[in-house]
Amino acid sequence: MTLLEKTATELLADLAAGRLSSAELVRACLEQIERHDGAVHAFLRVDSERALAQAKAIDERRARGDKLGPLGGLPVAIKDLLCDRDELCTCGSRMLENFRPPYDAAVIEKIKAADGVLLGRTNLDEFAMGGSTENSAFGPTCNPWDTTRIAGGSSGGAAACVAARMVPLSIGTDTGGSIRQPAGLCGVTGLKPTYGRVSRYGLVAFASSLDQIGPLAQSAEDAALLLEVIAGHDPRDSTSVPKEVPAYSKSVNKPLAGLRLGIAREHFAAGLDAEVERAVREAIKVYQSLGAKVVDISLPHGKYGVACYYVIAPSEASSNLARYDGVHYGHRTDVRIMSEALEAERAALEHGSAGRAAAEAAVAQLDTPLVRMYRQSRAEGFGPEVKRRIMLGTYALSAGYYDAYYLKALKVRRLIRQDYDTAFKDVDLIVGPVTSTPAFKIGEKSDDPLAMYLVDLYTVSANLAGVGGIVVPCGQSNGLPIGLQLQAPPFEEERLLRAAAMYQRETDWHRRAPTLA
Amino acid sequence: MTAPYTTIIGLEIHVQLATASKLFCGCSTRFGAPPNTQTCQVCIGMPGVLPVMNRRAFELGLRTAVALNCQIAPFTKWDRKNYYYPDLPKGYQISQYDLPFSSEGWLDISDPKGKIEPRRVGIIRAHLEEDAGKSMHDEAAGQADSRIDLNRTGTPLLEIVSKPDMRSPAEAKAFLTELKLLLTYLGVSDCNMQEGSLRVDANVNLHVHTPDGNVPTPIVEIKNMNSFRAVERALAYEAERQWQVWQETGQRLGQVPKQTRGWDDQANVTRGQRHKEESSDYRYFPEPDLVPATVTAAEVEQVRAELGELPAALRTRLESTYGITPYDSDVLVNQGRELVAYFIALADGAGDGKAAANWLQQDVLRELNARDLSIDKFPVSAARLAELIALVKKGDIDHTRAREVVFVEMLSSGKSAADVLREKGIERVDESELEALARELLAANPKILADIKQGTTKAAGALIGQAKKRNPNISPNRLLEICLAIAPGM
Repeated sequence: MTLLEKTATELLADLAAGRLSSAELVRACLEQIERHDGAVHAFLRVDSERALAQAKAIDERRARGDKLGPLGGLPVAIKDLLCDRDELCTCGSRMLENFRPPYDAAVIEKIKAADGVLLGRTNLDEFAMGGSTENSAFGPTCNPWDTTRIAGGSSGGAAACVAARMVPLSIGTDTGGSIRQPAGLCGVTGLKPTYGRVSRYGLVAFASSLDQIGPLAQSAEDAALLLEVIAGHDPRDSTSVPKEVPAYSKSVNKPLAGLRLGIAREHFAAGLDAEVERAVREAIKVYQSLGAKVVDISLPHGKYGVACYYVIAPSEASSNLARYDGVHYGHRTDVRIMSEALEAERAALEHGSAGRAAAEAAVAQLDTPLVRMYRQSRAEGFGPEVKRRIMLGTYALSAGYYDAYYLKALKVRRLIRQDYDTAFKDVDLIVGPVTSTPAFKIGEKSDDPLAMYLVDLYTVSANLAGVGGIVVPCGQSNGLPIGLQLQAPPFEEERLLRAAAMYQRETDWHRRAPTLA
Repeated sequence: MTAPYTTIIGLEIHVQLATASKLFCGCSTRFGAPPNTQTCQVCIGMPGVLPVMNRRAFELGLRTAVALNCQIAPFTKWDRKNYYYPDLPKGYQISQYDLPFSSEGWLDISDPKGKIEPRRVGIIRAHLEEDAGKSMHDEAAGQADSRIDLNRTGTPLLEIVSKPDMRSPAEAKAFLTELKLLLTYLGVSDCNMQEGSLRVDANVNLHVHTPDGNVPTPIVEIKNMNSFRAVERALAYEAERQWQVWQETGQRLGQVPKQTRGWDDQANVTRGQRHKEESSDYRYFPEPDLVPATVTAAEVEQVRAELGELPAALRTRLESTYGITPYDSDVLVNQGRELVAYFIALADGAGDGKAAANWLQQDVLRELNARDLSIDKFPVSAARLAELIALVKKGDIDHTRAREVVFVEMLSSGKSAADVLREKGIERVDESELEALARELLAANPKILADIKQGTTKAAGALIGQAKKRNPNISPNRLLEICLAIAPGM
């Protein structure tokens, strides 16, 4: 087994035993990135000097006998949506191409304090809006198992870099499935924590009531290690919950006895790929062989999840992204060119063939320079999917439509949460697919936004309900990974991790890595 | 003839709460710092930041709402008000929309001088929100640059919305004066209009009396009023203007869109502000970055218990306990809690509320104003002044001399009244001595004596100057009384 085929847990043991230095590990990661990221494009930026300097400093401290943090020199990749002081944070957007935050996100602070090495910044759909990473302003990320296919999204880079064994640990964010779906499509383990489990402070907001930060890794054991570092209450995030963080890494290998698994009939309806269904049902059999009982359940409002999500998330996004107006933040259009164009438009109207009254009326309708600057800066800075969602959200919140869209969506959201509450009275976990098909071809759904939105079918409900979910690889179809999704009641991440680890002790899907050219 | 219309006025007041830090971050709220020096990533809306509610601001808002007799909501949430403006860095303002923390209160207004009838003005709601920054438009030398100062961004504001219950500009001014006094007593704001701690917008229209009943004219919102006097003048101007417009056009409420007009204090007119074609749609929705705030009934009672005595109750108490007039109680209470405390100590010490009120208004306030002092810095304590008042009352010293000589000396030296009397050799002149002096003076001035005898009693006044030369300690009033009493027998 090569170095990078090892899990984070195994690497940490090597580091602790002195068999491996952090600098050696970082160098191996950098080489793997150098060799393969041209084809995969998981990373937007890799700062090898900074990573090596950090690794060497950690190695020196270890050599001195200092007690190291729980990540002990392991490299971590960060989705380019979390603020790391003075480092670029593009959010996959032209809008923030040059944005350097003057502060650290809570999660970045914690990783630094835990002696994680910040290896680089991973690709994503612009502002995390998308399910394929094709919406990145800097080009798509390719699936390491088949580089003509999508890696999923929006944390496509975060999943692909782990799948391609470029880094053992990575941080993603999940608003409607953005950790779980790419984890499933890339064949890695990804966990979306309960809303409020991890501080969102310093995460550039897409949809504030849905966004959560979580780990991606090779195994549940590794995910437990990273979640334990990043979870916990933060007074700077009013929505983070003051609850003790369990020692996930200590308990992850304890099996769960008498597990009751809920199978939602809605998850196995028309539209589910036969191979995916077969793999998921095989995985359920593994649990049954370990003593789990299977219970048929229903999540009747899940079918409204995508509709509900595509009202709430864009509504919040339309407001969250208002700050990128070229005044304080984000790309500003060339004001000189803009002013000249505006003057030319005015002149054309004034000297046009229309009558004087008509010309005056038309001139009065012209943008003020400020409004034109807003319009043009945003038109230039945002990509088409972000614009689409800003328009959707602005529409849904408008007077006269608010009740029919936003308010109705909030009601549906409550019903979806009630579905979960009801289901979890009878079962410990809900188990099912994470996507209806394996990874599709790059460009396949680019012209069909609605088809693209339906990719989120199995994942959005967890965000709407605020519950946690984990995805583990459970099979393959034509060489493409298939993921199994487990969902748990709020703040039962420990249960998710232990259940996932149970499965991974019985199977080796998570140990399989793609063959890269 | 009665007026051909009734003026209908409602007010919206923004009060900057006197917290040390902003509503959703730890930055200072101090006024007057160099631009953009009191900001952090949170109040400038840096990507990725989150707001955290300042509990102290919430408490000050709560205190005000309870004092305004409002209902307090047990559960209140925050909303985003979305609009684009360069001094609003997030592109939205965090405010409260459909579930404000308080609603349905009232404030009583009256005027002891009788300029307005007493009235209870309803409060529709009071809610909390964050302030925006300031845009400074620098158009010097043809440069249409705008500069943005974000120091004010995120400062906590309490917006108080009255019902349209006021019927004259004078009532509007009385409401604002009483509200400001209440806020001062509560210590929730410094209410400095120049620094923008208190901002007033008014909504005004007319109910025109016609043979077919009252007809409402279109409502106009007036902005840019920088003093209570300006509010009064702007409203008076606007009522008259609307009356003229009504006579010319007969436009009723609902026939034209609501208009916003700005008050031009120099020109004494309101002017229409640039009309926006589309009505603004703020797309309010619940702020997902904040959790709802809850208030228990016990907390409301706790706040109520800690309010202290408020102006209206204090006026009533001063009138009933110290026998002073509504005019006097109004003057005293309007000066603030500290001066009222001084008055109470003075009245209790001197055993005479009326005299205490007079001394305070005539002598103490004059001195405070002349020296630009607050009462806590006043050199003569209430106890010492009470001692002086008691000496006057006892007759040991004449009132005028007490004011002009003793009080002045007490002010400059800080000495007690008794010490000043001793040093100046001021003492009570007994009756026999006064009578002897009176006789002597009358005898020496036969013309005056004759005039008095013929009934021209004021002629006796001419003797006072001579008497004072003989003995400065005499009481002129007492001496006059004696002169008039003994003259007929001389």
